[in-house]
Amino acid sequence: MCLAIPGKVVKIEGNVAIVDYGGIRREARIDFIKDLKVGDYVIVHTGFAIEKLDEKAAMKSIEAWEEIMNLEDGLLEE
Amino acid sequence: MLEKYRDKKVANNILREIFQEAKEIGDEIRLMDVCGTHEDTITRYGIRSLLPKNVKILAGPGCPVCITPVEDIVMMMEIMRREKERMILTTFGDMYRIPTPKGSFADLRSEGYDVRIVYSIYDSYKLALKNKDKIVVHFSPGFETTTAPTAGMLWEALERGVKNFRIYSVHRLTPPAVEYLLRMGTKLDGLITPGHVSTIIGVVGWEHLTEKYGIPQVISGFEPVDVLLSILMLLRMLKDEKAAIENEYTRAVRYEGNTEAQKKIKDIFEVVDAKWRALGVIENSGYKIREKYEEYEIRSYYDIEIPSLPDLERGCRCGEVLRGLILPYECPLFGRVCTPRTPVGPCMVSYEGTCQIFYKYGSLYG
Ligand code: SF4
Repeated sequence: MCLAIPGKVVKIEGNVAIVDYGGIRREARIDFIKDLKVGDYVIVHTGFAIEKLDEKAAMKSIEAWEEIMNLEDGLLEE
Repeated sequence: MLEKYRDKKVANNILREIFQEAKEIGDEIRLMDVCGTHEDTITRYGIRSLLPKNVKILAGPGCPVCITPVEDIVMMMEIMRREKERMILTTFGDMYRIPTPKGSFADLRSEGYDVRIVYSIYDSYKLALKNKDKIVVHFSPGFETTTAPTAGMLWEALERGVKNFRIYSVHRLTPPAVEYLLRMGTKLDGLITPGHVSTIIGVVGWEHLTEKYGIPQVISGFEPVDVLLSILMLLRMLKDEKAAIENEYTRAVRYEGNTEAQKKIKDIFEVVDAKWRALGVIENSGYKIREKYEEYEIRSYYDIEIPSLPDLERGCRCGEVLRGLILPYECPLFGRVCTPRTPVGPCMVSYEGTCQIFYKYGSLYG
């Protein structure tokens, strides 16, 4: 029941969006998400979008970690 | 966008760091996840078997369906029996099959009652719009992540004056359950904090636990790299003897959470003491519909006493599994008598139940 998965918004009509999960499309309520646009990613749980996915944060966070780890490796090798 | 979060090389790099930190710490480290979806990632990718020997991951009460009280399921069945064909009951697929000493919703359906499995409370609401001559009741379990949709749907029912839609709220809050475990003496060094609950309640919803109990937390996403990173972040805090709450899942969780959803939950529900199956009553851990909206709570129409029933069949150790005291294979019934096809306890029925997750991914736990 708790498997919340990210999908891409392909259509918005009032409080309902059509969300695409890699080819499978389903309705999702978007009552709790402000300023949603077609093309945004949302995390959907039991048919409700609970949050917008921040792509920039996703990339930034993993890249920051890679950098930290590379830096540390560099220090170790020296 | 999320490829990196499933990337083997990235995962291996993090693992190497984990080994280094764990070695420096030396002592046994006990981390706990309290979310079925985290447990799924951990077990599916065999993360326990990849970790250093001194890093243990416990599984906590991350399954809302497992902890739904027997008495509530039985009460709902009793209400249905009184109303007969005037009522349609909806619930989620795993809730439908949860066993009690008096049977399950699935049994109710085989007796001829109109019980339906839905994916969302929205499906249930639409059913109410289509069947104006019936009362449609959604038996509604779940933590904050599911309580928000319920609140949203009830709000719309209210606004549109939909009179034949009701719920049976067995919604629960997660932080009080973690606090309960800490108070009951489950030994924990760090918490892998559930990411999706946190999208709703925010980092702020968990801070008090770190302040009060000095326990480090990392709010974690659900890809394997998310979980590994969170473990690493916890180890680093432990090594530095730092007790803070950090957010690994920044792509979805904001400090303040989803305030829109919080507002709806607060409008509709009040927080009350509530029972958790196999755990007992936990202070301020349940969501009850506020009195001014009680026409939407099916219970408010009946005066039914359900005598207290045993939570579990004899031999089922689900209570200890939920407290993180044992892992499923330490239950003698696991995999022998108790399987997903012949479940003895609720932890084997729900796909968020630790026993079912361990059974499904079989050999991968370490
Ligand atoms: S394996 Fe079955 S009997 Fe044992 S604790 Fe889990 S649900 Fe209960």
